[in-house]
Amino acid sequence: MNTTDTSTPTYRRAGQDLWQFIKSELKPKGKLLTPFNIISAPIILVGLVLIVLRFTKGLGATTNLNQEFPWGIWIGFDVVTGVAFAAGAYIVTFMVYVLRMEKYHSIVRATVLNGFLAYIFYAGALALDLGRPWKIVNPIIGNSFGVSSVLFLVAWHFLLYMMAQFIEFSPAIAEWLGLRKLRKILGTLTVGAVVFGICLSMLHQSGLGALFLLAPAKIHPLWYTEYIPVLFIVSSVFAGMSIVIIEGTISHRVFRHQISAEHHAKHMDIMVGLSRLAAAALFVYFFMKILVLIHGMHWHELLTPMGYLYLVEVLGFVVLPFVIFVLGAKNRSRKLLLSGAIISAVGIIFNRLNISVIAFKWYAPVHYMPSWIEVVVTLAVVLGEIWAFRWVANRMPVFMESPQWVKTLDTEVEHPVPVGAVPVKAKKL
Amino acid sequence: MKTTRRKFLQFTGAAAGAGLLLGPKNTFASVAHKDNSQQYAMLNDTTRCIGCQACEQACADKNCFPETDTKPEIGTQRSTGTEALSVINANDTSKGIIFSKTQCMHCDQPACVSACLVNAMYKTDEGPVIWKESKCMGCRYCMVACPFDIPKFEYGSLNPKIRKCVMCFDRLGEGEIPACAEACPQEAILFGKRGELLDIARKRIYDHPTEYVRHIYGENEVGGTNVLYLAGVPFEELGFRTDLGTIPYPEYTKTFLYSVPLALLLGPAFMLGLRQATKGKNDKD
Ligand code: SF4
Ligand code: SF4
Repeated sequence: MNTTDTSTPTYRRAGQDLWQFIKSELKPKGKLLTPFNIISAPIILVGLVLIVLRFTKGLGATTNLNQEFPWGIWIGFDVVTGVAFAAGAYIVTFMVYVLRMEKYHSIVRATVLNGFLAYIFYAGALALDLGRPWKIVNPIIGNSFGVSSVLFLVAWHFLLYMMAQFIEFSPAIAEWLGLRKLRKILGTLTVGAVVFGICLSMLHQSGLGALFLLAPAKIHPLWYTEYIPVLFIVSSVFAGMSIVIIEGTISHRVFRHQISAEHHAKHMDIMVGLSRLAAAALFVYFFMKILVLIHGMHWHELLTPMGYLYLVEVLGFVVLPFVIFVLGAKNRSRKLLLSGAIISAVGIIFNRLNISVIAFKWYAPVHYMPSWIEVVVTLAVVLGEIWAFRWVANRMPVFMESPQWVKTLDTEVEHPVPVGAVPVKAKKL
Repeated sequence: MKTTRRKFLQFTGAAAGAGLLLGPKNTFASVAHKDNSQQYAMLNDTTRCIGCQACEQACADKNCFPETDTKPEIGTQRSTGTEALSVINANDTSKGIIFSKTQCMHCDQPACVSACLVNAMYKTDEGPVIWKESKCMGCRYCMVACPFDIPKFEYGSLNPKIRKCVMCFDRLGEGEIPACAEACPQEAILFGKRGELLDIARKRIYDHPTEYVRHIYGENEVGGTNVLYLAGVPFEELGFRTDLGTIPYPEYTKTFLYSVPLALLLGPAFMLGLRQATKGKNDKD
């Protein structure tokens, strides 16, 4: 990833024509022929073609799904793992808006943006997987409420949470477009959206796990437990933190010129804080995994091939990143923190795929393997999200300072104080 | 004090309201479960089946499927498909070759129904579990959930349907019995009321204790099913899953579903409280 220097933010000035401004912003910013672009652009293009193919030829022709394995990586990775990766948004907003840990304020926007886009892209991939996507509105409107279905709740929480995240991020859009009045109103909605969003988030993090509660006889006993929903919430904490650390480290390099000197100095502190939290979550998670193992009494399974897989997951992707995070936080080593984050993120992919795909019907003689089309589309979805993130970050105040007028506006807002208003950048004053 | 109490009452009221909104009928229904002895059901007596596939043929005719070209053979497991809603398998058992029929079990509390987010899978009052085309979005969660792997999906189609046995629900409406039960020359498939079929099954076991094992498959499996089986050998030998337990599948997600309205109501209150509690001197609200 590479961008040109946009050190002077070009938000819309008062009086500038709105449509003209948006038009000018649509033009690409930065160099086009970067290594990242050269690799990712073709994948995205091929992915788009394949998506068209999926809708014209059907699921059977494009995926390796079959009657035995109705869910593949489009659910197991794109949706189940993607949502875990988006967990950073609810955790960071919880720390900043509920616990008022101001230290993390500077990463709120990037995290929320990342979460929001992850939902749009990864959850959007769900529509690819639906056999009858034109019925997608049925659970939302159209009096077909399957309220006893976990999936019904997950669908609703998805929708509501996406709205909440959009509201949380919307002040940045208003600042970009120079819409002062709107910015003022949107700023007052943040806390409400955050609080509601955190609840929704925790519910569907666990809900995605609860989906698999209905397959007790099909998921390997080392992974199936009635505590899957709780395990999913706890692991979403370090999943989210790992992605924030990875994204933060990369953005810190890529968007270097946009980040204020003050933020630069604090960046290491933030990363260390986040990795401590991730380490704590990993510890709790490890403990719970052990409890579940003891409780389930499946010791003997540990010495089977699936058991080895389980041990790799728990030792290699829970204990190991825990140790690395602890060491990295102690030595304040950027490298260690990044490697810890990458290992634990891979571990989350591994864990989610284990539950949804690998340990699902582990007894089947022929197991599902994704088709190359499924893999390329998945890659395209991930890369597409990164492109969207970069597009927004290059234009709106995500890493860049908000325009000057926001500060004046926030000072105005301070007296009298409307309920729930926490001006986004007011702390800088 | 006064305000806190009022607030508390408001919350409880809201909680009750949300409970109602979520549909008490659906969410809290199976606590007092209704009697299903008068529902339509089928009794498959594997000791009578001769593997002639007349039922398969009748099913294919009824649903306009092409004729089946495979025969039940020992060593090959035939499973139901999008164009075969009911299949016969041959099993090598301690009592020689025994044929068994596979189709939807029409569970009393079906996993597929509790999985379906749009009520496309639907348990009728009469007993059969049916599928509604106009509602289904093709998410295939029912396939993930069904302990018997019954729902099948038309992967090759651009307007794919979920296919599974619906106990010839339309024929029942016209006063006829399911096509397979009508076709069977051996009366190995009995159609009737679940309670009566259970009585018949028990009587057969009682009258011929050496011919049957004392186990009516489907009486209690996954909370009971509307398709019942009799056999002369333990059901494992017929390839039936006997590790499914007797807990109805909806129970597995119940705790989670109950906690949702609670979390949505108490969560925000708790967090706003926490936000107040962490308020510092310099904070503005
Ligand atoms: S056997 Fe499967 S498809 Fe049939 S009612 Fe039971 S859960 Fe549903
Ligand atoms: S595939 Fe259709 S019938 Fe099955 S759970 Fe999804 S919406 Fe319901």
